[in-house]
Amino acid sequence: MSCFRITATLAAAVLALAACSGGQSATSESAGASAGAPQILTVYSGRSEELIAPLFAQFTEETGIELAARYGDSAELAAQLVEEGDASPAAVFFSQDAGALGAVDAAGLLAPLPAGAADAVPPDYRAPNGHWTGVTGRGRVIAYDGEQLTATEVPTSVFDLTDPAWKDQVGIAPTNASFQSFVTAMRLTTGDTATKAWLEGLVANGVKKYEKNGLILDAVDTGQIKLGLVNHYYWYEKAAEVGPENMRAQVAFTAPADPGTFVNVAGVGILSGAANNPAAQQFVSWLLSPSAQQWFVENTYEYALVPGVAQAEGLPALDSLRGPDVPLAELADLPGTLMMLQDVGLL
Amino acid sequence: MSRHGQAPRTLVALSGVTALVAVTPLAYLLIRVLDAGPEKITSSLLRSRTLTTTVTSIELVVVVVAACLVIGVPVAWLLARARLPLKGLWIVLAALPLAMPSYVAAYAWIAEFPAMSGFWAAALILTLVSMPYVIIPTTAALRSIDPAMEEVARSLGRKPWSAFWFAAMPQAWPAAAAGSLLVGLYVLSDFGAVALFRVDAFTRVIYTSYRASFDRTSAAVLAVVLVLLAAILIYAERRVRGRTARWRTGSGSARRATEVDLTSRQRLMAILALTGLAILGLGVPTFSLLRRLSEGARRPLDLVELATATANSFGVSLLGSLLAVGLALSVGVLAARYRTRSSRALEAVAYSGHALPGVVVGLSLVSLTLIVRPAMYQTVAALALAYAVLFLPKSIGATRTSVAMVPPVLEQTARTLGRGPLQAWLETTFRLSLPGIAAGGLLVLLTAMKELPATLMLRPTGLDTLATELWSRTEIAAYGAAAPYALTLIAVAAIPAWLLTRATDRASRSADGDTEAPARPPLSTVGA
Repeated sequence: MSCFRITATLAAAVLALAACSGGQSATSESAGASAGAPQILTVYSGRSEELIAPLFAQFTEETGIELAARYGDSAELAAQLVEEGDASPAAVFFSQDAGALGAVDAAGLLAPLPAGAADAVPPDYRAPNGHWTGVTGRGRVIAYDGEQLTATEVPTSVFDLTDPAWKDQVGIAPTNASFQSFVTAMRLTTGDTATKAWLEGLVANGVKKYEKNGLILDAVDTGQIKLGLVNHYYWYEKAAEVGPENMRAQVAFTAPADPGTFVNVAGVGILSGAANNPAAQQFVSWLLSPSAQQWFVENTYEYALVPGVAQAEGLPALDSLRGPDVPLAELADLPGTLMMLQDVGLL
Repeated sequence: MSRHGQAPRTLVALSGVTALVAVTPLAYLLIRVLDAGPEKITSSLLRSRTLTTTVTSIELVVVVVAACLVIGVPVAWLLARARLPLKGLWIVLAALPLAMPSYVAAYAWIAEFPAMSGFWAAALILTLVSMPYVIIPTTAALRSIDPAMEEVARSLGRKPWSAFWFAAMPQAWPAAAAGSLLVGLYVLSDFGAVALFRVDAFTRVIYTSYRASFDRTSAAVLAVVLVLLAAILIYAERRVRGRTARWRTGSGSARRATEVDLTSRQRLMAILALTGLAILGLGVPTFSLLRRLSEGARRPLDLVELATATANSFGVSLLGSLLAVGLALSVGVLAARYRTRSSRALEAVAYSGHALPGVVVGLSLVSLTLIVRPAMYQTVAALALAYAVLFLPKSIGATRTSVAMVPPVLEQTARTLGRGPLQAWLETTFRLSLPGIAAGGLLVLLTAMKELPATLMLRPTGLDTLATELWSRTEIAAYGAAAPYALTLIAVAAIPAWLLTRATDRASRSADGDTEAPARPPLSTVGA
């Protein structure tokens, strides 16, 4: 029975430890409830902790408001928020993409942002009903194998990807929100028939499906495939991790008028339970301030949406990336896109 | 020999509570499905993609279970019966893959062999990671089987192998079958490996419904299919397990079987096989992770963050495991002692949620805590409850089997000597079956440490486990930063895996020469 005794002692020790750590979070949450104590704002963040925690720390330093950030996948957080409904402890939802914000808004859970807070953001990048706003822009690019292709050989239009020359050499992430938003935008600009024909062309050309953009970039970086459709900042993030000289993959933007040149946004909205919470409103305004926007440019290599902030080196100007105007809020027909992707067999 | 009399009402009531807790995810699914309406249900189910992905999932289950049995049972025989050097080391190595989450193993293999993808790659990884579910219980069962039956078979003219196969193996089949059930349910619910290898399995369709379309209703409809598949597996395992008794009913002493001597060539081949298995299951992923580790990361490793995550992982998993064992006790005892229809039904209900992907269980518990006790939402208690619900079957199986190994006559004797019912039970059956129950608890502990989707949803804001930290780094492809967390997770989970093998070893070793009581119940069907 000595094994039992050892386990029992371990259990007692760890229970004490767990009670401590559980106690800490309990006290911090109850501190948030009391008025005079340092304010605590609960944020549900679809953005990764690795990336965004330093920014949150900066906010706390500047304003004194503590952030209790809950990290997760944007879509799963959206599902959780809808499941929680009015009982949600969250005050702010900082989403990796506009689709998740739209879904939470459609469930009636977002409160209007304070008047004028998001005025600096171009109308195309925020909700017309004022319930959410984009914070940074994420451009679609083609990642290509730098060893096998030169920059001039890379197609300048996504329509070229169905060319037999690229058979079995193209990677996409059909379950990824960015890809789906891009397809929805393509449907709006070029029409359903052309988009469906393009998707079918991709499938016939042996397109490879990946779960995430990061995996596509890895595949291009190891020479598994020659081309991949990803968001622009993935390359910059990986280069920061391993060094740009070690990157086999390179990125290229498609022509400005091409549907492939599409910009999605990471955005933020205030939950209806925190509609009059000044801390939440301050957080939203702060994210759109020049210093925060500059932080994004320098650390995540995304596009600042507020004019007047310098973009990262080497990136084409944001204005040049928009094809025919596609306001993000109009990308509400996600179910239609999903049906189309399912019909062609990509989902 | 089991009682068919009336089960004590308190026992049934307690089991009812456990079943109620276990049925939460199913109840959630049912409510969502009823929300959906018949049109949506039929359109979700009858899509051709649903059919093809279901078939792929079933094929994956069949292949992985078959591989685990075909490789696992002979390995179990080697570990239980053959005379090999460093036996203890091989047993531990055979159990250690349990410490490796499937998504870590998959991503480590892809890092080494980027071309790996598809059905067979996923089948390989899932087999390597879940083989211990078959090996451990079968080894324990083989070690504790009384050799008398085999000797009788030999004396009646059978050759050694034939005697083993027809006399001894039938006693070990239930252990192997129970292990295969867990393997099958695990393969059905796994998302990490199939997603990384780009296999169009059923879980992928469910996750797509949640992530891509925020559509909880059609995802719920699809999840019901998984429950049905799980029910089929559970029924199949029941048939194989049968109704045989597990303890000696005659006189005489129980002995351990003597070890078989192998020729030096056979011994070499056995060692090569075991080494090969260890390299594939442990060596390759660990090497790959170490390589990523050396490639560096953007932010330097924060040791405090790592230590906190480790303590949290261990602490919450331990709570979950204790809760699971507590809840499983009543159902396990009921199923072992009173084999009535209702006890079997209760057991089946408790198992049924095991095939569900973590995201379904997570969302169902979000609903449950918010409805029943909102103050408990996003607390350590809710997370421990989630783990208990998710991994209840592992504990039930272990409890049921170890209790079934103890003859009721001991308890009855204690009663005649004047002990009260509860005291008699505690001093006899409970004490003897404790190693098996503890093994079930260790298994739950181990699996809870690797759990991801439900943890993400239910943990208190700010509490990170090793699994969530690992996930947040791989999400942004920061593999160099993820490697230390992956390695720590494997190292920490290896502790309960190792304890599991030690307990098994001790239990079967103490079965020598005991003429008064039957052999102490081994940790067979750890996963049963």
